[in-house]
Amino acid sequence: MAALNVSVVSADREVWSGEADMVVARTVEGEIGILPGHEPMLAILAGGEVRVTLPGGEKVTANAEDGFLSVQSDVVQLVASRAVLT
Amino acid sequence: MGAQLRVYRQKIKSAQTTKKITKAMELIAASRIQKAQARVTASTPYSRAITRAVSAVATYSNVEHVLTTEPEKIERAAVVILTSDRGLAGAFNSQVLREAEELSELLRSQGKEVVYFLVGRKAVGYFAFRRRASEQQWTGSSENPEFELAKDIAEAVLEAFLRDASDGGVDEIHIVYNKFVSMMTQSPEVVRLLPLEIVEGVEEPDATVQPLYEFEPDVGTVLDALLPVYIESRIFNALLQSSAAKHAATQKAMKSASDNADNLITDYTRLANNARQAEITQQISEIVGGADALVAAK
Repeated sequence: MAALNVSVVSADREVWSGEADMVVARTVEGEIGILPGHEPMLAILAGGEVRVTLPGGEKVTANAEDGFLSVQSDVVQLVASRAVLT
Repeated sequence: MGAQLRVYRQKIKSAQTTKKITKAMELIAASRIQKAQARVTASTPYSRAITRAVSAVATYSNVEHVLTTEPEKIERAAVVILTSDRGLAGAFNSQVLREAEELSELLRSQGKEVVYFLVGRKAVGYFAFRRRASEQQWTGSSENPEFELAKDIAEAVLEAFLRDASDGGVDEIHIVYNKFVSMMTQSPEVVRLLPLEIVEGVEEPDATVQPLYEFEPDVGTVLDALLPVYIESRIFNALLQSSAAKHAATQKAMKSASDNADNLITDYTRLANNARQAEITQQISEIVGGADALVAAK
């Protein structure tokens, strides 16, 4: 299965980027999980935790504040004016 | 020591002291350029991601939005001018102010009223000296701009943009800033922020046909959230560019100041040597003349 190419970006720098199996984020409509092969999407993030599951099963979590999530051909971008790894 | 010689020595001293100062400022600016440039680079992923998202919305949907539609009649235009807080940067501030003046001239000739948003003490000073009004001002943090500042400015201009022209709102927003081209060149740039135009750096759509985007919750809401963020990131980018350009301009100005001081020192040293030699020659001829007179008197 193809992997997701994820980057978490805040206004002043790229917070994290790498490959992942799954991304779980909270949008204004509720939590959403993204797996490889997801259709292109643009969603508004509600402030909160973003969980990225790495291929090894490890997890990276980040806090993102007012931003958005874009998915296009297995490239996932979490963009927030403020984002920090937790 | 003759008076002439003393004057030259003083001038050499003073040029040397000035040179020390300008040299130090040059080195400080040089080290800050690196940092400012690194910040510009670090903020690129963000602006690129946002630009890509905006162009995705623009390509895959055809919604009308206040921020993208051209008003029928533009009565008032806002100009945001980014200058520095401190001088000693050569033509840095004057070139951006000149550019802003030209833009205002152009806008006025199109029958638009111009209001100003000023960033940096130099722009504020320029306006205060000419007793001209400005809508809002920000000073004190142009050297090392934080994202909060960009947010503040974006909020103010968006608020003015969304207000009706009859209540003193504006229909168009331009931003004038110095772009960091290279260490040697900083060029003033004028960009129209609103209504949105196709901007440089928009990603080319992929050759493969993409399925339609899904928007969550819906296109309108996404656009509502996205466009202000886009404006913020454009302003933030302009602020960072301007601060990097300022440091580069300072470095260049201080380098030429140090070079000029060097030239002055060389010139004055020559003159001082000349004066010293003249003094010695004069003393010798006086002694010789005196000795001759003594011999003749015997």
